[in-house]
Amino acid sequence: MGKRKQMVERVTELMKTPDMIRNIGIVAHIDHGKTTLSDNLLAGAGMISAELAGEQRFMDSDEQEQARGITIDASNVSMVHTFEGEEYLINLIDTPGHVDFGGDVTRAMRAVDGAVVVVDAVEGTMPQTETVLRQALREQVHPVLFINKVDRLINELQVDEKEMQIRLGKLIDHVNKLIRNMNPERYKGGWKIDAADGSVSFGSAKYNWAISVPMMKKTGVSFKDVYEYCTNDDMKTLAKKCPLHEVLNDMIIKHLPNPITAQETRVKTIWHGDKESVVGKSMNKADPKGPLAFMVTGISTDPHAGEVATGRLFSGTLLRGMEVYTSGSVKKSRIQQVGIFMGPERLDVDGIPAGNIAAVTGLRDAIVGSTISTVENMVPFESIRHVSEPVITVSVEAKHTKDLPKLVEVLRKVAKEDPTLQITLDEETGEHLMAGMGELHLEVIAHRIEKDKGVEIITNPPIVVYRETIKRLVQNVEGKSPNRHNRFYIDVMPLEPEVVNLIKEGEISMRMEELERRQKLIDAGMDKEEARSIAGIYGTNMYLDMTKGIQYLNETMELVLDGFEEVMKAGPLAREPVSNVKVILRDAKLHEDAIHRGPAQIIPASRQAIQAAMLMAEDTLLEPYQKVFIQVPQNLMGGATKEIQGRRGIVLDMKTEGDLSIIESRAPVSELFGFAGDIRSATEGRAMWSTEFGGFEFVPASLLGDVVAGIRERKGLKKELPKASDFLDM
Amino acid sequence: MLIFVGLGLFDEKDVTLKGLEAIKNADIVYLEAYTSRLTGTDIKVMEKLYERKINVLFREDVEINTDWLSDALDKNVVFMTGGDTMTSTTHIDLRLRAAEMGIETKLIHGPSIISAVYGLSGLQNYKFGKSASIPFPYTSSRGVRVVTETPYDTILLNKKSGLHTLVFLDIDPEKGYMTAKDGLKLLMEVENKKSAENAEDAGTFENIVGNSIAIGIARAGSEKPCVYADFARNFENFELGGPLQILVIAGELHLEEAKALVTFANAPVEILDE
Repeated sequence: MGKRKQMVERVTELMKTPDMIRNIGIVAHIDHGKTTLSDNLLAGAGMISAELAGEQRFMDSDEQEQARGITIDASNVSMVHTFEGEEYLINLIDTPGHVDFGGDVTRAMRAVDGAVVVVDAVEGTMPQTETVLRQALREQVHPVLFINKVDRLINELQVDEKEMQIRLGKLIDHVNKLIRNMNPERYKGGWKIDAADGSVSFGSAKYNWAISVPMMKKTGVSFKDVYEYCTNDDMKTLAKKCPLHEVLNDMIIKHLPNPITAQETRVKTIWHGDKESVVGKSMNKADPKGPLAFMVTGISTDPHAGEVATGRLFSGTLLRGMEVYTSGSVKKSRIQQVGIFMGPERLDVDGIPAGNIAAVTGLRDAIVGSTISTVENMVPFESIRHVSEPVITVSVEAKHTKDLPKLVEVLRKVAKEDPTLQITLDEETGEHLMAGMGELHLEVIAHRIEKDKGVEIITNPPIVVYRETIKRLVQNVEGKSPNRHNRFYIDVMPLEPEVVNLIKEGEISMRMEELERRQKLIDAGMDKEEARSIAGIYGTNMYLDMTKGIQYLNETMELVLDGFEEVMKAGPLAREPVSNVKVILRDAKLHEDAIHRGPAQIIPASRQAIQAAMLMAEDTLLEPYQKVFIQVPQNLMGGATKEIQGRRGIVLDMKTEGDLSIIESRAPVSELFGFAGDIRSATEGRAMWSTEFGGFEFVPASLLGDVVAGIRERKGLKKELPKASDFLDM
Repeated sequence: MLIFVGLGLFDEKDVTLKGLEAIKNADIVYLEAYTSRLTGTDIKVMEKLYERKINVLFREDVEINTDWLSDALDKNVVFMTGGDTMTSTTHIDLRLRAAEMGIETKLIHGPSIISAVYGLSGLQNYKFGKSASIPFPYTSSRGVRVVTETPYDTILLNKKSGLHTLVFLDIDPEKGYMTAKDGLKLLMEVENKKSAENAEDAGTFENIVGNSIAIGIARAGSEKPCVYADFARNFENFELGGPLQILVIAGELHLEEAKALVTFANAPVEILDE
């Protein structure tokens, strides 16, 4: 391990020179070869043996990852590469490709400045390629492209050399089109990828070779040569002439920004504090001498060190023993260890300067998304946006009653490690509910609870997470406080889709400056008066205060909003979370003495007005959909489409690729339970499929009654449907 | 018939003879136990003296689920409260509901904290302005802590006319009884916040309450009530012991009032010079 020690020394030296650092992530659709690529980059850097690369899956440290052959958690590694005679430090994050783990991708994007987008030459860009690319561009992360499995194009599809170049050219055009649509500003600003300048490379991660235009010039290997090496089954020679890691790392170093350049433009999209403040200026130039500004992008549990927070250091230097503040917590904490990741291992170092990805222990109360700073009350980083939303829930019980306290603790921990997982306690049934992004996601978490945390559990069959929403406008509904001294008059209506989008994309939040938020809302078509009246945002719902000059309302608003949030967490129809509702407060009557308008009076008045109004406004349910992509031999296509159509699904698109059919379809999550087994038997086990979050749609009117009754029964609510008068006759 | 009976200030023996008679003659007896409490006794002791079973009513029973009112259509029902019977603002609502149902109502008064304050402090009743209440601060689910400014504003308004302010202190099923010290702390918090916000307009809020004399009263009606007066800024000195407590923020003090505060409430002697 002498070599390894040497490596660590070089890494710690290079950490101090930000212009020699690249923080990057590798993103791809599942099975497009991301982890194999990462392993080969590591092998090239001398961190694992070249023979094992492609097999070892070094970055997959979880026992389950190795067993399932997919990457579940994003892992980190630092390595050194020499480019044009100078040594560079590349901090690499591997991210999962399965959409059930999409949250990890989003979080990883916050830590990095550049991304290598991996696309399979045969399959081309897939829906998840688009999703991960969108996540990167949203976070202002600069992409470059690696087209993988070029050997398959030649050997399996048997395209000739000319056809090969045409296909690759088309793929590049398509990726450029995506970049242009997703982030036109950056595209114009030079983020267009181009084979000629070397921001695109081609190769085979499995056979460890790659080529790019600059590499062709350097080595004299042409496309024609590549074609011949592949057809002659001599990729070993090709790998010696054009080693994958050299081409990729050259591309990364040449085209992706160093932390200083990146932070200059990135900080303003992820942090909305005062740009002229000391910490604002320091982050802009990644100043190691400035105040500390560290964003936590991941939490893992280490049996020895306890909770380890991983994240990106935007300003200052992390040192052992340093006292820091965690956003959302009043207590200070003292940093115990600082380190870097080398795959599954964490190596302690003395200090880490701004611009790096770091691992830290000792942070009290830190969760994914926390801002850690030496500045008290530093404006926190914008929360990390998750494109996907939890769609299914399972209830979890401890197998042995004595384990219950332990289970509660373990659930708290897994939720902390994975913010896309929502843990709630159903107070009526005493059940613990885990909501996640898909069946697989929850299976993996359940496995982790049993294996890693050692608590035996029973999970009940998964349940779909619905959303409540309303279909029309209802005006002037009165909510009375129990003592009848306080009254609120509200309107409810569906929130405009443009505004819902702004909230979903994280473009507006209550944390940002009022003026900036107002302008964005007006630009999205909201009425000026409304845009200046936003009192609260919860989920994709909004509370507007359009009253004027009502005495005491100011100090009562927090209570009013608590009532609003209670309803948005659990709507009146089925106590499911509410989406896309706009509540406008038109008038209020308040008792002049503060004691008569306390929480016990105002919260119910505010809550009941909204509950009643929603029921009058045709409260209904939305159900989650998943997009389902299936690849299946043509002769078995019928079985596959039948599986979709039998599940209230629709086929959106069908393509043929050689003898394969590629089906793009969409179906409600509620109908997809057991799909894995059924599609296997319907296609003799020859279908390859993947899913992706597909948004929400109204539950068909013919099913609504049964669905609502089912949910109410499960939750122990009164079976008959609630009426507006239940919330008004007080 | 629905008879509202005020039980007085401290224990079971503060009820008037008329009140006691009405209770003993009642078919059903209710006790409202959330706006005020008789801290010097408990239900068992009361039941023994009143020779009636006492049914306790909570906030929901008084404000929302008032079905029990219909008992009074054909029975003698007594509704008991601490202090005087209609002092709590919410009870008139019950009387109105009863009237709507065609129930005859009657009030039997008891000693009230309001007159007890005049007596114990020596402050004169015609010199009081609007009363105020201080609720416990509230922290919303967004982590925002709300301290109401209404009592502070009421005090300010009264002081402009030289009037005293009677300040009721919150009773909360979870947070317990607010003490005079807690109440003063909250008033000072509001004052500090307002003077910081209006820094350019210095003096508007500077120490208006802080430099006022505050009078804390505890356990009025008991053998040993505690009355203590000091500048509000010295709120740390207001160690009055157990509940219930009430607070007065003085306006302009008449010499007789100042003398009474110095003599009976340990007020600083310098207030006699002003």
